Formats: sequence, structure tokens, C-alpha cells
Amino acid sequence: MRLEPVANPGLARSLGYPAVALGLTVVVASLLALAAKADPFATLGLILKGAAGSKFALLETLNRATPLIFTGLAVAVAFRAKLWNIGAEAQFYAGALVAVLLGTGALGFLPGFLLIPAMAGAAMLAGALMLLGPVMLKVRLGVDEVVTTLLLNFIMLLFISMLLEGPLKDPMGMGWPKSEPLDRAARLGRIVDGLRLHWGFGLALISAAVVWIIQARTTLGYEIRAVGQNPQAARFAGIPVNLVLVKTALLSGGLAALAGWSEVAGLKGNLTLDISPGFGYTGIIVAMLALLHPGGVVISAIFVAGIFVGADSMSRAAGVPTYIADILLATALLFMVLAILLTRFRVVRG
Amino acid sequence: MADIIDILLSASFWAAAVRIASPLIFATLGELICERAGILNLGIEGIMVLGAFTGWLAVYYGADLWTGVAVAMGAGMLFGLLHATLTVPFGLSQHVVGLGITLLATSVAYFAYRLALPQVTSPPRITPFQPYEIPLLSDIPILGPALFAQTPLTYLAFVLAFAVWFTLYRTPLGLALRAVGENPGAVEAQGLSVTALRMGAVMVGSGFMAVGGAFLTMSAFSSFFFEMVNGRGWICIALVVFGAWKPGKAVLGALLFAGFDALQIRLQQTPLGAEIPYQIFLMIPYILSILALIFMSRRAEVPAALMVPYNRGER
Amino acid sequence: MTDKTTAQDIVLRLNRITKRFGSLTANDGISFELRRGEVIALLGENGAGKTTLMNILFGHYTADEGTVEVFGQPLPPGEPGAALAAGVGMVHQHFTLADNMSVLDNILLGTEPLWKLGMGRGAARRKVSDLARDFGLVVDPDARIGSLSVGERQRVEILKALYRDARILILDEPTAVLTPQETDALFETLQKAVAQGLSIIFISHKLHEVMAISQRVLVLRHGKLVGEVATQATDRHKLAEMMVGAEITPPAPREARPGAVLMSLKAVSTAARGNQTGLRAVDLDLRAGQITGLAGVSGNGQGALADLLSGLEVPQSGEMHLAEGETARWTPRAAVAQGVGRIPEDRHKTGTIADFSLTENAVLESYTKPPIARRGWMNWREAEDQTRAIIEKYDVRCPGPEARIRLLSGGNMQKLILGRVFEAAPRIILANQPVRGLDIGAVTYVQEQLIAARDAGAAVLLISEDLDEVLALSDVIHVMSEGRLSPEFARGTKTPAELGVWMAGQGFDDAA
Repeated sequence: MRLEPVANPGLARSLGYPAVALGLTVVVASLLALAAKADPFATLGLILKGAAGSKFALLETLNRATPLIFTGLAVAVAFRAKLWNIGAEAQFYAGALVAVLLGTGALGFLPGFLLIPAMAGAAMLAGALMLLGPVMLKVRLGVDEVVTTLLLNFIMLLFISMLLEGPLKDPMGMGWPKSEPLDRAARLGRIVDGLRLHWGFGLALISAAVVWIIQARTTLGYEIRAVGQNPQAARFAGIPVNLVLVKTALLSGGLAALAGWSEVAGLKGNLTLDISPGFGYTGIIVAMLALLHPGGVVISAIFVAGIFVGADSMSRAAGVPTYIADILLATALLFMVLAILLTRFRVVRG
Repeated sequence: MADIIDILLSASFWAAAVRIASPLIFATLGELICERAGILNLGIEGIMVLGAFTGWLAVYYGADLWTGVAVAMGAGMLFGLLHATLTVPFGLSQHVVGLGITLLATSVAYFAYRLALPQVTSPPRITPFQPYEIPLLSDIPILGPALFAQTPLTYLAFVLAFAVWFTLYRTPLGLALRAVGENPGAVEAQGLSVTALRMGAVMVGSGFMAVGGAFLTMSAFSSFFFEMVNGRGWICIALVVFGAWKPGKAVLGALLFAGFDALQIRLQQTPLGAEIPYQIFLMIPYILSILALIFMSRRAEVPAALMVPYNRGER
Repeated sequence: MTDKTTAQDIVLRLNRITKRFGSLTANDGISFELRRGEVIALLGENGAGKTTLMNILFGHYTADEGTVEVFGQPLPPGEPGAALAAGVGMVHQHFTLADNMSVLDNILLGTEPLWKLGMGRGAARRKVSDLARDFGLVVDPDARIGSLSVGERQRVEILKALYRDARILILDEPTAVLTPQETDALFETLQKAVAQGLSIIFISHKLHEVMAISQRVLVLRHGKLVGEVATQATDRHKLAEMMVGAEITPPAPREARPGAVLMSLKAVSTAARGNQTGLRAVDLDLRAGQITGLAGVSGNGQGALADLLSGLEVPQSGEMHLAEGETARWTPRAAVAQGVGRIPEDRHKTGTIADFSLTENAVLESYTKPPIARRGWMNWREAEDQTRAIIEKYDVRCPGPEARIRLLSGGNMQKLILGRVFEAAPRIILANQPVRGLDIGAVTYVQEQLIAARDAGAAVLLISEDLDEVLALSDVIHVMSEGRLSPEFARGTKTPAELGVWMAGQGFDDAA
């Protein structure tokens, strides 16, 4: 077989294959439910209900989507430049760590309207620095960033664990490895009084808009795309490829760190070792399902969060293990990348 | 310092190093085969989890140990087939597909574990492979217990390393595999199928990764628990680079790495180790892997067509 | 050999081969026969369908319609292995060799059952050296391919086919990369092969070679077989007319009026990079109003010189001067800013970004400055207006400025690159293989544009592997070999054979 580019994929082709991919994902979900001896329709219904069936469920989904928008944007920005940042998890923790370091009194002298931006800025800086090492190794020595960023996730988690059992341990924590809670002034408020949704979500939407503008309207966005599509041609044309990769890394790491900061400052109030159930890794799926488009990231983050939240609540009711959510996302990812390929290429014999 | 010398002189240290190296050798050889054929297989981490789970489950349900190994290998090959289908004929991004396979294989294993054992407080155990002392050889001081009193799976790892080396450098199949990672066009022009060679390599390589995972549940430990692979797959990818894509060097790299790992475990129990947070010791394998990558960055001869998909239409 | 054709003499028969790619019909009902001991030439300009046809014959592609018979047996489609087993050997235009492996390994690849234990390298080595002796194809079987010259690599390709006892040899543009002397040696090898009863299909667009080597000529145009003549019964003019469909008028040489030296290199050396040869003490003056041609076998340092002018490379020693401007901090962006226009060798990989639109490709070199961008903000409307102007002025056939450039033909892609380069009004123009792979219309267009730029006062450096092209367009010629540059030869002072001696590395001061 051979792949032949399709000059003008029509609407049917552009939407048909992704629709089939989603359909197949639903089929997989049904088979998994059957394997767990549950009714597939009831299972799917419970996931949907758990994700968006009530105001509470919907807010829970949006809360869960907030860090995923940030990590999804981080991955989308990096992958555009074919910078394989698989380390959003470590950058997440870097941001969360900074939130705790600065939010528990260190910057207590600052008024509230300065404290929160200062924390966010410092968190971004920390995340950016997390990715600077691997990207410098890549551009200077040609060390593959996939493996270095992956390994840094493990190192960072151990580092956080060390801090939470040592200097950052909350003396009032009944022996649990968790940090002291943030000061009142360092916490993010709720967008609407009485509704459990914090300003981190609003900032995530703003970040998506900013990334969108960078990609579509600025020379940096153009450079990032050129470097990602064809670094050889970009270099020939005069684009400083390595510098663009470094700028991309700073942006990407900073965005991932905002996720950690917003989880600590907006939702949890302190840092624990299990504050991220893999937000950094899930960000990869969010970004890929969104085709690396910042607007798409918001939608796919909400979709992915909904599946997780829905699967949690379904699991309690129907007894299908929650890991169904991870399987669904993995299959959706694989089906979707294939579907996108098939919208642009047709398979021909010989 | 005296502590370190004591450790280095103990047979149990060397035995532990060889034991720790074994799963890494299986998985590193698997990754090496894939990369030699031109395919980066980032599914390795998940496939190891799946191998650990399926091998263990088969034995838990009454199969004998070798059947368990075969089941793990089969499960690995199945996911290898999925990986290969997406990355070889369709030429999709090996990064994206690999990470997707890792997530899929991991979550399938966890899902199935929860289905098989809905309510367990402590993970059930199986009777794992037992050490087999090779007569005479195992009586050699230090070396004997280290090398010749291991479980059959460890011996298999070393036999496999030799077999992979022999195949790559001494057979027509190996020549074709190396060539397809260097220039797939050359392979097709000589009448061989690029697709078949690459898909075959990914399937077999994935099978070996799964056996590496199975070693954890069937030889090193006796039960399956979550997070047990814990980044070993990613470390193996670093080991392939460190070994310059050569089986012999990769095995040496795994042994060296495992030696450091065994050392850090023992150092934790010394008076000096008690003063340092244990997390520092646990970081060592990951830091070593990164250092290995940096160290090899300028010397390694990467297969020329690694991560380059081949589409017959675009020659 | 006999002149009588019997059924036994026919070694290969193509029956009404048709192949379509999307809406393009690359081969349209092509039939012909090849006889034992015969050399036929397959002639046609770029894009006429020659390579597609041979790829079908060899099994890289499957035909939509039609069949191939070898020695009277139908050949299963789409299987290079079957073609090889039936005795068809192919020397591809772009060599199919693994650079990091030895000559012997490349020859042995795929010749033995995969599941065999052991390799039998000893017997293979003897067979290879016998073949090398019989056919005049000397090459070290243990050498790494990456260390071989282009001519040697081609010998390995021919040895690969002979090692498999090929009875039919297909050579796709085999002389494109050779010196005249190497071409002569190749023709001797082919004569030896024919004397041993092999049959040969020789693909080319060079008329004098076709006249020299073949007994019969098949002419392809737009995917159709438009003519079949005995070589003795025709001449170059008739063949050219058949090939293009009209009489060709090559661009008439106009007298140059050379001006001041705009760029000069004094004893410049550059580092070798991977398989790319570096420059060795190169002296070169590029004058305004003059086309300086650079001849040479590919891989002899042309890449390094092109990289140097492009800003991708800096001198390791020696001096580079511009008449106006600086060569400090020499980068691609600096080169463009100092008035160097660059037409890269590979328009697909280096010159354009395939999935970018025409607009995005057109502003690749100018996007940092007003009016395209101000303070980091892109003005896409302005960019699109400029692209429209280029499309119009340079006659780029395309759906529009928003179309992905991947969809354009090579000629139209090259015209967009020309527009991008020429609209910046460069004083110095680097044209690296500017017409490679283009059809005759685009070739003429690009060449006339280069001459027009020369007449407008630019200094043009034309790098080409095609000696005929260098001779036709250049006002002065240099030859490159192993990173060294020959003295300057004025137009018409050297014959192709004399230049071939330089291309082979003789005549240089330090030649051993």
C-alpha cells in the first residue's frame, strides 16, 4: 500500500474520518463495559451524567479541565515546534512548588493584587527553567529531549517527596506528607460567589487566547511553525532555529507550571504528592486531540476532564473500573491521529 | 568509603546487580531491535507493564511459569503489532503513537487487574521462578553466586543478547534489519519488504519488552502492583543510546547501571545513607540515565533512518 | 548478435502500461519490446514518465492497467523481488545504498534466504571480484559506502545487479553525476555487458549520449510513447523535436559586460561536515554582470561553497569579502541582508516548507522587517499582497496564495523561490542546481531569468552537475574537485573533455 496526498479534502472527508474515530472509541467503551459485566448504554449514560448531568458535575468537570488546559497548551506549543516536551508533569510540580514557597508567608509583605501575579510569574519562570535544561542539551549536544524530559518527571516527583517529608512538611499535618496551607491572600478566588469554580479557569481561557494570538499573529508563532514543519528550510531562510526552540521551551514550561500553581492556589490550597493524577501526561492527549490548536485545547481539555470525572462517578455506581477513562483516551488518541492522516492522504494499492 | 568496599566485595551485591539488570536487558534488546529497524518504540514503558501483568495473571490462573512468559510475550507482540501498523504502513508520528501505546497498554493492564481482582487488600502472590545453581560454576567465589545462581529468566536474558548479536551481524536477516534502519530504499530495491521487516522487528522487540516486564512479577517479585515498572522503560531507551545501538554494549550498560542501582540500595542501609534522604538514592538511576545520554551524545552512530517513515510513493 | 528477431530473442515486453497518480496520467498505454543484447534508450524530458515506467517494470509501483513479461513469463506486479528473480536489475538515479554499511554488505543484502544462519561472505567476495574484473568495475568490497565517490557508488549499484545475474539492466539517468571520462568508462562497461548477452534500457534526456550508446530510441512525452526509431535513422535535432514536441531554441548566448568584483574569496577553507567535503584554499571572484559557472562531480565541495555563500557556513581560514557590506557574524539572515540571493539545491527540503502556504513560503526571508512585520506582529494581508504580486509576475501556476506549496509542480515551486529571491533585488545570486528536475518550459524560464539578472548587473554563481548546462550559460567557468577550485576559464576556452580532466582532480597545483 501507498499513501497519496489528497489535494482538496472535502467536508465529508475532513469530518467523516474523525467522526468514525469517535464512533470507534464509543464501541471500545461499550466492549469494556461488557467485559466488566455492565450494561454498555447505562455505563455510557452514567459517564455522561457524571460529567455534565448537574451543575455540580459540570463545575467539577471545569475544575478538572483547568490544569489540563494549561498542560494541553504547554504541549501544543512545544509540539508545534516538534519540541517533544513530555515533561509537563515535572513543570507542573515546579509551579506548584513555587506557589507553596511563595504563598506561605515569604511574600506576605506584598498586597494581594501584586502577590498573585508575582506568584504566577515566579511559577512560570520555574517551569520554564525546568525545560531549559533539556532544550539546551538538545540544541547543544543533540540529546533527545523525549527521554530527558520523561526522566525529569521521576526526579522531580522524588524531589517534591523529599521536600514534603522534610523542610516543607506541615507540622500540623498529622504526619501526612503535605505542605502548609497557602495564606488567604495567596489563594485564587471564585469566579462567581457560591459556585465552586476558581479564577484559574478564567486564566486558562485567557492563556489559550494569548497562545492563539501568538501562533496566528506574531513572528514568533510563524517561526515556531516553520521550525516544527521543516527545521532545515527554516535555518536556510535565516530563522534562528535554536533560539526559537529555546523561546518555545520557555513558553511551554511556563504554561505547564501555571497548571501546578493554579491547582495549589485555586483548588487544593496546599501541595501534596498526589496533587496531579498525571495532568502533565494527559496534557499530551489533550493537545493531540485538539490538533495542537489552542482553541481546540480548551474544548478537548473539557472533554477529557469530563471523561475522567464521569468515569469516576460511573465507577462508583456501575462498578466498571475507572481505568476505562484512560483506555478511552488512549484509543481516542490513536484512532484520531489515524483519522487525521486519512483526511489528508488516501491509501492506494501499489 | 569502607562501606562501599565492603559492598563491592560481597557476592550478594553482584548477584543483585545481575538480577536488576535482567529485565533491563530484555527490554533494552527489544528497543534496540526496533530502533535498528528504524522505529523508535516509546510504547516500551506500557508494554513492560502489560507484560508484567499478563505473565503474572496467567500464572495466577494456574498456567506454568514458562507459559506465563509466553503469554507476556504474546501480549507484547500484539501491542507491537498495533504500534507497527500505525507507524510503518501509515507512517504516523512515532512519538505520538508510542506514548499512546504506553498509555493504552498501562491502562488495559490496570483495568484488567481491577476486573480480575476487584477487592484485594494485599496483592496476591504467585510462586516465581527459583534460582537455579549451575553445578561447579556457581562454586566460584563471588562470581559464582553472582552469575550462576540466578533464575532461568536471567540466563535467558544473556542467551537472548547473544542471539540478537548473532542475528544482527551474522545472518542475512540481521543484515536486512540493519539496512532497513539505515536506508529503507536500499532494502526495497533489493527485493525485500520494508513493511514486513519493520513490522516484524517492532513486534518481536515489543515481545522482548513484555518479557522484561514479566521478569518483575515472575522472577524479581511475586505479585503485580501498580507503578511497578516505574520508568524502567524510559531508562532502557537511554541504555540503547548508551550502548550505541550494539547488543553487547547495551548489556554492559545495563549491568553498569544495575550495579549503581544495587549499590545505592545497599548504601541506604549504611550509617552514612541513613543521614541522606532516601529520595536522593532513588533519583540516582534517572540521573545516571540522563548522564549516559549526555556522555554518548557526540559519539553514538544513530541508525540513519531512525524515525523516518518510508512511503513507497515518495522515493 | 543477429538482426533477425525471433520470439526467443524478446527478453522483455510491456503491454499497454497505464499508471495514474490522482488526476495525472503518468504513463498512458505504453507498449514496447526489448531484444537480447540490445540497448534501447528511453528519452524524454523531466516529468515525461520515464522513471515511473521503469518503477512499474521493477515493481516499485503497480500499473493501473497493462502487463509486463520477462522472458515470456508475466511478471507479478508490485514486487521488486520478483523482478530481480526474473533477471531485471535496476540502477536508480538516486542510489539505493546504505551509507554506513560496506560495499559487500550492500551487494549481499537480500540475496540469501533471510532465515539462513551465517552469511557465506567468502564465496560472495570472490564472485564480486570476478565480476569487477570482467566488467571493469573496480571497487574495494570492504569500503564503507559513505567513503566512496559518486562514480564508485554507481559501480556498486551495477555490481549489485550483476551479482544477481541480471539479464536486463535498467539505468535511470546514469550519467547525470559523472565526469565525461567516467561516462566513457560506464559506456565501456555497458558494451561488455551487451557482449555477454545482457539487454539494457538506458534512460536519459541527453541526446548525444542516447546517440552514442543505443540501437533504438523510444521517446516519451506527457506519459505517451510518441516515437520509436532506430538510432542510425535519426539525429539529435529530430529526437529533440520528438521529445519536446516542437523545435527547441536554447537561450541565445548574449555577450556579458562584467563589472566590479562584488564578492571575493581568498584562500578560504571550511570544515568537512559528515559526508560533505569542505573547501580547501579556494580563491574566487564573483563579478557584477557575469555568470560564473561551477562544474564538478557532486560531492566535491560544491555543497560547502553553497553553504558558505548562503550563510550556513563560515570560513575556517582565509578571507571572504563583499564589495559593499560586511561578512562579520555571517548567518543566512546576514547573507540575505547583504544582498545575497539564494536559490537552494533542494527546493523541497531546503527551499520551501511543504505544508506552508505560498504566502508563508514567500515571506520566509523577509518576515522580520516592515512592511511584513512590525515589532513582532505579522501583517498577513501585506504578505498575501506581495505573494499575489510574485504569483503574477513570475507566472506561478497555483490555486492561490493560500494553497499549500506541496501541491505545486517543481517548476512552479521554483518560480515562487525565484520571486522570493529576485524581489529582494540581490546583488549576488547563488543558483544551486536551479533547473534540476524541471520540465523544458520551466528550465528555459529559469535560465532566462538568471541571464536577465546578470544583464541587470547581478553577480551570478551557477552550480550544476550538468556540464552541458554550465557550458551553455556561464561567462566564466571554474571546476571543483575534492574541495579545490580550478583557475577561471573564459567561455569557449575549454572543451568538455578538458574540463573533465579537471573534474577528475587533475591539473590542480597540489595534485599528487
